Amino acid sequence: MLSTELAGIKLPNPTVLASGILGVTGSSLTRVSKAGAGAVTTKSISLKERKGHPTPVIATYAHGMANAVGLSNAGAEETLLEIGYAVKNSPSPVIASIFASTITEFGKVAEAVSKAKPHLIEVNISCPNVDDEFGRPFACDPGIAAVVTKKVKKSTSIPILVKLSPNVPSIAPIAEAVAKEGADGITAINTVGPGMLINVEAARPVLSNRVGGISGPAIKPLALKCIYDIYKSTKLPIIGTGGVTTGRDAVEMIMAGASATGIGTGVYYRGIEIFSKVSEEIQGLMDKEGYNSIEEMRGVAHEE
Amino acid sequence: MKNDEFIVVRLEGVHKESEDTTTLTIPYDLNSKPGQFVMLWLPGKGEKPISISGEKDGKFQITICAIGSFSEAVSKLRKGDKIGFRGPFGTHYTIPKESTSLAMVGGGYGSAPLAYLAEQAALGGKKVYFIEGARTKSRLLFSERMKISGAVLLTCTDDGSEGPKCYSPDVLKDLLENHKIDKVFSCGPEIMMKRVVEISQNAGIPSEISMERYMKCGIGVCGQCCVDELGLCMCKEGPIISGELALKIREFGSYTRGSTGKKSEL
Repeated sequence: MLSTELAGIKLPNPTVLASGILGVTGSSLTRVSKAGAGAVTTKSISLKERKGHPTPVIATYAHGMANAVGLSNAGAEETLLEIGYAVKNSPSPVIASIFASTITEFGKVAEAVSKAKPHLIEVNISCPNVDDEFGRPFACDPGIAAVVTKKVKKSTSIPILVKLSPNVPSIAPIAEAVAKEGADGITAINTVGPGMLINVEAARPVLSNRVGGISGPAIKPLALKCIYDIYKSTKLPIIGTGGVTTGRDAVEMIMAGASATGIGTGVYYRGIEIFSKVSEEIQGLMDKEGYNSIEEMRGVAHEE
Repeated sequence: MKNDEFIVVRLEGVHKESEDTTTLTIPYDLNSKPGQFVMLWLPGKGEKPISISGEKDGKFQITICAIGSFSEAVSKLRKGDKIGFRGPFGTHYTIPKESTSLAMVGGGYGSAPLAYLAEQAALGGKKVYFIEGARTKSRLLFSERMKISGAVLLTCTDDGSEGPKCYSPDVLKDLLENHKIDKVFSCGPEIMMKRVVEISQNAGIPSEISMERYMKCGIGVCGQCCVDELGLCMCKEGPIISGELALKIREFGSYTRGSTGKKSEL
């Protein structure tokens, strides 16, 4: 009853490991998949190896987490083996997350990771903690977001999800722009901000990068509103991500219009068992409220 | 809600263990167990996972060997300087209740968590054989502490400047042949620990080792320290794991991943 679909790819349940969490190695992705995730997403991959920001890169606070890992990764070529391992060994679909600093490079990375045959490619155009290097994320401009989408679509035959940023005045026009250029689905939202945490005794920002993307329970209401708006403006499937820690949170995402729900920071609160627990909790709420499928529950919050 | 914010305090003491190794005493009741680590933060200099080398009377200690710019910065710290930490994180060594005699095998600065463990074991009335290997005499750590704890100290060096000229697993092998040991604990270079595990297993004795991997978050989310092929996070399901489990980890004693996730031979 929990099965769902994203751009033609069937997921056994709607919980998806979000990019950036436990997604460095094929072994780790496989472990999370076996622990019950309906799909698993790799950490974002670039064409060339990237060092990322100096530590501290992750810090928690009372309502969530701030991170500025800075897109560290071993580069597309080295990572092919990790994706390949996950595709071969994970019981659920594998999503390869990619990013680049130019439109041309987006095409190249998409082409490169396609060799490992992931089930879906997630196009990360919305990381908020590399502004110093890359300027404003591509997801902040509907025109650029559209061009990236078009380029990636041309470079691969694998269905693509475009990951959008909440850090815009209105997310709907961006969703519409990527939908028009052939995006097969949308992941929303990336982390919020960037924000900042300051330690009083140290009298300075906690993250070495000073600022970082905010995730966790604090951002759930922002995520819900974005998903609600995207669902209203496009017919694309959505992975609703942002502060999902319980089955109740996940159901809220689905009611706003998501077909699946991303879980990232939630792993910190509940361990990798979170995927099977959230699935059970969703099922419990569906039984209680009388829904027979995820599809039936999807977008119900939009009804008059 | 769960939270692991940094705690920032002033250092109570800075002690040079050897030419390049420093122990910091931090006035905080961490409630740690031997084998666990903290993420040490030097504002402006970075953050690194460091294993705890002792805790008592509301203070804990960490011991750092100067090998990079971060540990260089640590070696310049003075009493009263502010440092930050979060933790304790990770798994810990476990002393079996029924045991009477324990062996510990440390290599280089890997002796740090074992010194903490040895002191606790001795307090619990266990007989402790502390095998410590180092390249040369000046790099042997914690000898005084071990003597005070009542542990039997067995040292060896690569150059023969203190104790026999051999490697610590050789000393362990000899010990296991001549004494009844209930459990073996190890921390140090992975090639050494692999031999320790194999020697213990051949003798039918359980062992625990400390598996160090590149860590960024310390809280089981970033995935940087996950090992092949079990996918276990060494910051959460480790660093202390049984020798039996270590042998099931394909990369144990063979390769590791760096800060980008790229593999390199050990």
